[in-house]
Amino acid sequence: MIPTAHVHILAALLFGLGILGFLRQRNAIMLLMSVELMLNSANLSFLAAAREQGNVDGAMMPLFVLVVAAAEAAVGLALIIILFRKRVSLDVDLLRSLRD
Amino acid sequence: MDVPPLRTAVTILVGFGAMMSLAAGMTLVERRLSAFIQERYGPNRVGPFGLLQPLADLIKFVFKEELLPAGANPVLFKLAPALAAIPAMLTFAAIPFGFYDGRPIVVADMEIGVLYILAIGSLGVYGIILGGWASNNKYSLLGGLRASAQMVSYELSLVLSLVAVLAVTGDMNLSRIVLAQDSLWNVFTQPLACLVFLVTMFAETNRHPFDFAECEPELVGGFHTEYSGMRFALFFLGEYIAMVVMAALMAVLFFGGCDVPFLAIADTPWWAGALAMLAKTGFFLVLYVWVRWTLPRFRYDQLMWLGWRVLLPLSLLNLAVTGAWLALSGPAGPGGAH
Amino acid sequence: MASLLAFLLFAGLAVVCALVALFHRSVVHSAFALLGTLLGVADLFLQLGADYLAMTQVLIYVGGILVLILFGLMLTPPDRRELRPARIFLGLAVTGAGALLFLTRMDSGAWKAAPLQELPDLANQASPTAEPIGLAFLERDSWLLAFEFASVILLAALVGAVFIARRRFRVDDEGA
Repeated sequence: MIPTAHVHILAALLFGLGILGFLRQRNAIMLLMSVELMLNSANLSFLAAAREQGNVDGAMMPLFVLVVAAAEAAVGLALIIILFRKRVSLDVDLLRSLRD
Repeated sequence: MDVPPLRTAVTILVGFGAMMSLAAGMTLVERRLSAFIQERYGPNRVGPFGLLQPLADLIKFVFKEELLPAGANPVLFKLAPALAAIPAMLTFAAIPFGFYDGRPIVVADMEIGVLYILAIGSLGVYGIILGGWASNNKYSLLGGLRASAQMVSYELSLVLSLVAVLAVTGDMNLSRIVLAQDSLWNVFTQPLACLVFLVTMFAETNRHPFDFAECEPELVGGFHTEYSGMRFALFFLGEYIAMVVMAALMAVLFFGGCDVPFLAIADTPWWAGALAMLAKTGFFLVLYVWVRWTLPRFRYDQLMWLGWRVLLPLSLLNLAVTGAWLALSGPAGPGGAH
Repeated sequence: MASLLAFLLFAGLAVVCALVALFHRSVVHSAFALLGTLLGVADLFLQLGADYLAMTQVLIYVGGILVLILFGLMLTPPDRRELRPARIFLGLAVTGAGALLFLTRMDSGAWKAAPLQELPDLANQASPTAEPIGLAFLERDSWLLAFEFASVILLAALVGAVFIARRRFRVDDEGA
């Protein structure tokens, strides 16, 4: 058996890396990827907790996270395509106006 | 796990051998059969009836020069063929080829075998995308792009068509799905799912009429334009193994796997079951070649139209009808309703 | 011991790939490094006894979402990544604070209270996780409502994505 704490530490590490990436990146797609990394680490933590508690509920959460991630990726990529069509760049720092 | 280790070892060895020889034999069958359809001879010089041709091809591939295009990324370029071939080989582990001594002849008898094959099989597209991107060639990149959009679109219909089958059987273990078809094959209860699976199976393996990733009149060789020698061979090995797995999956899910018609699985000798399974797999492998030389290739927008506007609604409809039927007819199948 | 070694191996794979994903200059390299992380996490799911979740992770995340992201990457220019150096410290500070808080709190209270129960590991395949998960989805008082909401969210996201990305300016496109 793997100690639960080990899994939590790994999840924290991955989540931290995801935050770091999210704050550091300027490319919109890289932002998406950082978010995916964070969601994954959350899944890992949920599952470790589920195993420790012997409860199926913790194993359900990753599935909902998966749903959210899929929805986020679909809408996010649609936005990115529109962004690219209008601005020819994916740099989110250049997005400063709300008007067209 | 009460399967004796010796048996597991033998199964792995035989399974790997069967996979490789099926894939290698398929290259020969494809060439000979294409020649037959086009009224040519095909390769018939190496060995009796050209049976040793795959061996000759192998020697040629090994001794060919491995080219690395200028400006290509060396690491990713070399990684891509392995990424294309390994997932295909992994999926083969879950295919049951019959029953011996009351236990399925399969390398890994997983509870979620269907899901495993779908999941690992979906990794195969990365080899194609990566190969297309790392080659630093616009045709390769276009091939990779097309493959990615195509695989994602058709995977939906593939999975949805299988969900109906799983609902009828009430199980995700492939050998138990075979056992459940002892009296009646799934193709008779799920003909629509079978049809959708048949079409998507061609698309998922990037075979004609859906071979847009390597469509030669438009894209030279598509994703593998820049590959040569053994790396090229690995791409093709991956494609042929994926074909074998898809054909075997078709046989297992819809045509009773190792079930000999009019004979109970428990009464069938194991070799007859395995032969039946091989025959069914072989039929769908031949169908691949047959279709290739019979149908013209789709246009890319036709491909998307077919995937999203025909196959997806069809499989959804099938799932809805199956669900309604199961709900109305009460508990169905072993372990079905709870 | 062997299970711990396997855990460390795949945890290492996930972390190293995540590092490559964040620090490599090329965006496509990042995406492929993220593939390594996702596969590593899927393997950890397996090691935690969740075979169904591991396969779903591979099927949806790796086979769907990441392919979509790669598709997006290849439709857009391969720009040299310009990072924001000034915010590294902010990121490090946030991360460090979070990790510190987590690590100090982890040993206390509720974490330790629950008894360690034996859950199915991969070697014992007689107890799959697919069945309890499927049953929990359809039980009226547990997850049924959430399940239905999830399907509505997915549908909304699908319609929304199509609406956002459709062509507004050109009508002369055939069929599209």
